[in-house]
Amino acid sequence: MNNPVIISLSIFIAVIFIIGFWSAKHVNRKNSSFLEEYFLGSRELGGFILAMTMVATYGSASSFIGGPGAAYTQGLGWVLLAMTQVATGYFVLLILGKKFAIMARKYNAITLIDFFKARYDSKPVVLLSAVSIIIFLFSAMAAQWVGGAYLIESITGLSYTAALFIFAVAVLLYVIIGGFRAVVFTDTIQGVVMFFGTLIILIGTIIAGGGISNIMSDLIAENPNLVTPYGHDGGLTPLYVSSFWILVGVGVIALPQVAVRAMSYRDSRGMHRALIVGTIVVGFIMLGMHLIGVFARPILPGIEVADHVMPLITLQVLPPWLAGIVLAAPLAAIMSTVDSLLLLVSSAVVKDVYLNYVKPDATQKRIKQVSFGVTTVLGILVFAFALSPPELLITLNLFAFGGLEAAFIWPLIFGLYWKKGNKHGALASMIVGVSSYVVIHHFWTHIYGMHSVVLPVVFSFIAYIVFTLLTDHYTVDESNLSG
Amino acid sequence: MFNKYDIDWNDPRFKVANREARIGVILVLFNFIWWYGFAYGLGSKPVEEYSYIFGLPAWFFYSCVLGFVVMVILVSIVVTFLLKEVPFEDEERSDK
Repeated sequence: MNNPVIISLSIFIAVIFIIGFWSAKHVNRKNSSFLEEYFLGSRELGGFILAMTMVATYGSASSFIGGPGAAYTQGLGWVLLAMTQVATGYFVLLILGKKFAIMARKYNAITLIDFFKARYDSKPVVLLSAVSIIIFLFSAMAAQWVGGAYLIESITGLSYTAALFIFAVAVLLYVIIGGFRAVVFTDTIQGVVMFFGTLIILIGTIIAGGGISNIMSDLIAENPNLVTPYGHDGGLTPLYVSSFWILVGVGVIALPQVAVRAMSYRDSRGMHRALIVGTIVVGFIMLGMHLIGVFARPILPGIEVADHVMPLITLQVLPPWLAGIVLAAPLAAIMSTVDSLLLLVSSAVVKDVYLNYVKPDATQKRIKQVSFGVTTVLGILVFAFALSPPELLITLNLFAFGGLEAAFIWPLIFGLYWKKGNKHGALASMIVGVSSYVVIHHFWTHIYGMHSVVLPVVFSFIAYIVFTLLTDHYTVDESNLSG
Repeated sequence: MFNKYDIDWNDPRFKVANREARIGVILVLFNFIWWYGFAYGLGSKPVEEYSYIFGLPAWFFYSCVLGFVVMVILVSIVVTFLLKEVPFEDEERSDK
């Protein structure tokens, strides 16, 4: 579409490659603990990098493309809803925090499933978790690829297939070669790009709209509901908006891609620093990005496809060369999410299924070959999926977050904080959580005016406690017998 | 089978961790009340009666903008004064 935009995007992708190759050297040097290095960067993350990788992983296509689009349609009420995510900045690290870091090291856990395996020592729990991760995250990932390809398509004017191809090659090469360390280092760069990108577009938009007061009176003139907390048609009820505290606020601790980062940091000093940096960066990006969506409305009225709001407003308010650099932000967000998901799904296959149950005595060299192989095959599969995106995929992406939360939140929290919690409770909680979520999501999406994730989280909570207490006696006996 | 991994549930470091988890819950409850109170307390008035701060409706400014700033300040206070540094490694797994 225009050259300066394409040039700055290309430079951005080139920088990413250089970092990938640089950290690949690191992987090769540390041959002895390949798994820990490839999937976890040897637990050496410092505070700033930890905060950025969490923000970049979490802030996916939804916060950069879908979110501002929804804010454009709904007005300030959607920004209010998006601000529930500020909590993720501190809540994840305070709740999982030190306990998870200490226990994961004791268990030698590299993935969330490792943790479950050591904590509950139960094959059904491990296999059920692996299957949930593979299915839910695979769908989430495929939808992100579609988003990434659309974005490249709208910036460069290439065909969808060509855009998808560029995106896929960049992501795959990168993840296969670099592993976790490469992913978190670029997450950091991408987090910084996202932060300043948000700031620049926000300022540009406010200037283009003639100041905030001016924008507000334009909005009121169009539809007064746009400046209320209730959405453009009054449809955002307080209860519905509040239920997002569960979906995108506190429930986020149960997302494997987030939880795994909570075991990757070096020391408590790093974690403390990440708490502050993370809260600031998440809050600022969420507030800024969604406000941009609202402010864009009087400047560019009548955009039909909400997902086009972000690229269009950027090209509108900024000079082309700057727009190119700044549009790297949403692309960065999508890429870093995809990187992490890809790595996570491949770790579920390699570590949790292959190493646990197929070939526990595999050599380092074999593990390495399998890791690269699985990551490549997964990448190609996702590409094939994304080539002709089925409608179902988009639904599955939204669905995936709630599903993972319903499955993992209580086995994780009780596993950490309740000594009595046992495998029966965990298994019951996962089965009840996932199945009630599937049923409610399918049949009563807005049950009692709440998001469909709320009730399953309650049910799986009850299931965990009831089954743990019912089987408590039996488990104690068993452990006495064996040891 | 239960003792394959020796987790000492009375590990003094866990006391620190439990306390910090409770702080997390308190912070999130406070955050929610602030967010909800200002948004729906001030925002349910008719639009004509809204007051504005820096051009933004007051409910939005207090709930989302000021609320965010307040949370950043609270988190910084918690980190500086309430969190304790503890070692993560055990003796047997010093360097792998």
